[in-house]
Amino acid sequence: MKMIYSLLLLAFLATNAQAADLLIRNARVHSDTGVMAGYDVLVSGERIAAIGNNIAAPENTVVIEAEGRSLTPALFAGITALGLVDVGAVSSSSDAALSNDSDILRPEFDVSLAYNPNSAVIPVVRVEGFGFTLLAAAPNSSLIGGLGRAVFLDGGYRSFSDMPVLFVGVGGSYAASTGGSRAAQWMLLEQMMAEVASVPKNDSLLLTRAGRQMLKKVQRQGKVVFQVERAADILRVLDFAARHKLDAVIAGASEAWMVAEELAQANVPVVLNPLDNLPASFDTLGARLDNAALLDKAGVTVVFSGSGTHHARKQRQMAGNAVANGMPHAAALAALTVNPATVFGIDTGVLKKGARADMVLWSGDPLEVNALADRVILNGELDSMESRQTKLRDRYLTPADDMPRAYRKP
Amino acid sequence: MNRISQLLLWLLAAASVTAVAESSYPSTYQALPSEPVLIQHATILTGDGKRLDDANLLLANGTIQWVGEGSIPKGVSVIDAKGRWVTPGIIDVHSHLGVYPSPAVEGHSDGNEMTGPVTPNMWAEHSVWPHDPGFMRALAGGVTTLQILPGSANLMGGRGVTLRNIPANTYQAMKFPDAPYGLKMACGENPKRVYGERKILPSTRMGNFARYREAWIDAQAYKTQWADYNKAVKDGDKKAKPPKRDLKMETLAGVLDGDIIIHMHCYRADEMMTVLDMADEFGYKVGTFHHGVEAYKIADQLAERGVCGALWADWWGFKMEAYDGIQENIAMVDRPAGSCAVLHSDSDENIQRLNQEVAKAMTRGQRAGINIPPERAITWITGNAARSLGIDDKTGTLRAGKMADVVLWSGNPFSVYSKVDKVFLDGALVFDRFDMSKQPQSDFELGQLQELTP
Repeated sequence: MKMIYSLLLLAFLATNAQAADLLIRNARVHSDTGVMAGYDVLVSGERIAAIGNNIAAPENTVVIEAEGRSLTPALFAGITALGLVDVGAVSSSSDAALSNDSDILRPEFDVSLAYNPNSAVIPVVRVEGFGFTLLAAAPNSSLIGGLGRAVFLDGGYRSFSDMPVLFVGVGGSYAASTGGSRAAQWMLLEQMMAEVASVPKNDSLLLTRAGRQMLKKVQRQGKVVFQVERAADILRVLDFAARHKLDAVIAGASEAWMVAEELAQANVPVVLNPLDNLPASFDTLGARLDNAALLDKAGVTVVFSGSGTHHARKQRQMAGNAVANGMPHAAALAALTVNPATVFGIDTGVLKKGARADMVLWSGDPLEVNALADRVILNGELDSMESRQTKLRDRYLTPADDMPRAYRKP
Repeated sequence: MNRISQLLLWLLAAASVTAVAESSYPSTYQALPSEPVLIQHATILTGDGKRLDDANLLLANGTIQWVGEGSIPKGVSVIDAKGRWVTPGIIDVHSHLGVYPSPAVEGHSDGNEMTGPVTPNMWAEHSVWPHDPGFMRALAGGVTTLQILPGSANLMGGRGVTLRNIPANTYQAMKFPDAPYGLKMACGENPKRVYGERKILPSTRMGNFARYREAWIDAQAYKTQWADYNKAVKDGDKKAKPPKRDLKMETLAGVLDGDIIIHMHCYRADEMMTVLDMADEFGYKVGTFHHGVEAYKIADQLAERGVCGALWADWWGFKMEAYDGIQENIAMVDRPAGSCAVLHSDSDENIQRLNQEVAKAMTRGQRAGINIPPERAITWITGNAARSLGIDDKTGTLRAGKMADVVLWSGNPFSVYSKVDKVFLDGALVFDRFDMSKQPQSDFELGQLQELTP
């Protein structure tokens, strides 16, 4: 009888998942006020209706017994090209950057217009506990990459944040597009902002009209992610952003620990990869494993990113390593949840009453390499926990039989 | 050169097509000074599938004296490892440290001779920059032995070299004594892209195979030339002239003779099976497929043929031939009897935490219902890796008589929070997390920002 009930429940879930409310019972809840062991979380529709003890399950509520496991907000996948790239080397499947050979800078290039929520890469990342990302317009061949936006990984066509995020590349690895010198980057950026302030006459322009308008919008309500590594360049960004009223975010930031006080004072968040510890270039000679810990200690808002699009699931391991190198566990989890959500203007990243029900139940410590996401809930819906990769696994996991595996459709 | 050494060289050449090459650029590796060390009360993973709890280990004279229990010399220094874990020194079978070092500037980019698709005459060791800071970072992650390979732009990229991970001014001083050479080969997209874009063969996968096969046919002919010459000499023909040395053919002949191990970059299952047919056609053996993101589709065949799969825990999707990657790949390749699953880095970041990469692959396998205890998972970066490199008689497992290559971990190495406390290489303490004087620093980083104290 119990079995039949379970089957019925599964059938119900499969056909009508969003209609059911959810109660997660006896979880270790990583809430906005701290870790609360033995708590229940009730989800009604798309939102968290209550967090408390011994919450009674309303009728038609699906109950998930957490048995003490950790429940966190769904995690930030980093700055990625999720939904913009299927296969990295297949150029027709890759829309993450504008190869701009002209002298015109294009801050109005909005990469989110290329977003495909049906990309098979998204479930691969989602089932690992990731609920949102910041789409990047990578400044590969230009000083200005263009615009990205934060997006929920819930498969929606319009799951975007309103906040435009402009990407700017500063430093040695972007200097090829600016005549070979990073000094010229400042020359052009100053000229660009001057054009935004007032269009000069009898001068060749760097921006289109749309570009000027977009920069004004970014000044009003957006963020500017400066991809920059070197300490001296970071200080220059702080100065530039302050003078031009730009809400700056530093990304890359290998040497940010050297200017942690200045970053804290300017209230500028830092996006970094806690595994960067090699002098990969002459911009990153100061890279070290406790960068995140030192910035956090100085009061800088830290966000983790850097494992790329297909390997976004590595974010947890990166955060775990930040903890191993001195960052408090709660701060490292914040760098994957509330910090990126707040910085990039998307309504997720916290567990509290009224918050969007984006959360993950973990088999163990969410930052451990030997823990996995057991259940993923996005926008109040239980995820199927299936991806192209789980299906490939299931096709090949059991021994071969008389018929080719192509007949197996897990 | 005096007459005797000339004669010796000539005799060596006569004995084997490749002997002159094999004896050139010899290892000058010397173990660093060591004293006997007793590690007590540790959880020991032996690297060959065993786990010992609250166990002891004695290192002396550069070798492992015993594991478990044994006689204790007087005055031995003792490490209380209660709560800590011990494993063999980590072995990475696929690294480009030194040939693509940090900083990754053009002047350092020495890993791919992209001027022709068949370059078995290249030796990666001739590109190795021993001051790559990556070597020391890898040491801090417990890596004691690593194979440096050429890149994968070419069908036959050149010889790899196996190094001991000690700081040195020359690669010869790092060169693993008596380790066999490897030949790096590459399947699939990389060679056909690099040369196809230049309208040079190969531009297709069939082009790849046509060109490999031509090379093996040439190598067979080269071997025959030398065999004919050696026979003539043996038969007393004083006028017999030796064939001209050909560096490309020397390496390929070394493979056909079974002296050089094939390390082949190959992603797709179908392509790996075609390579194995080619190996049968020319009578050589494939030692290890590297990357093999689809190896799980042919796990049984790889195990049957005794071919190792050196794989990543979770890389996928960066190109078409990597699209079918799954996180259970290593666990599924490891599953059949006789398998040889290896976890490799191919990365200056992954090589610093291969233990974590193993932890992820082990966890994924366990979740899929495959029983993989830690003592088995550790073999992917120790015992099996040593087998892949042909050095399993010397290192890779904690057995009496083997090189004393040992890592002491702060806890279970398969936790993200565990760290390498100490590394012993041939019994010498070469890294200590708590002792700055036992933390080497490369020439490049001397006087740079790494020295700042936060």
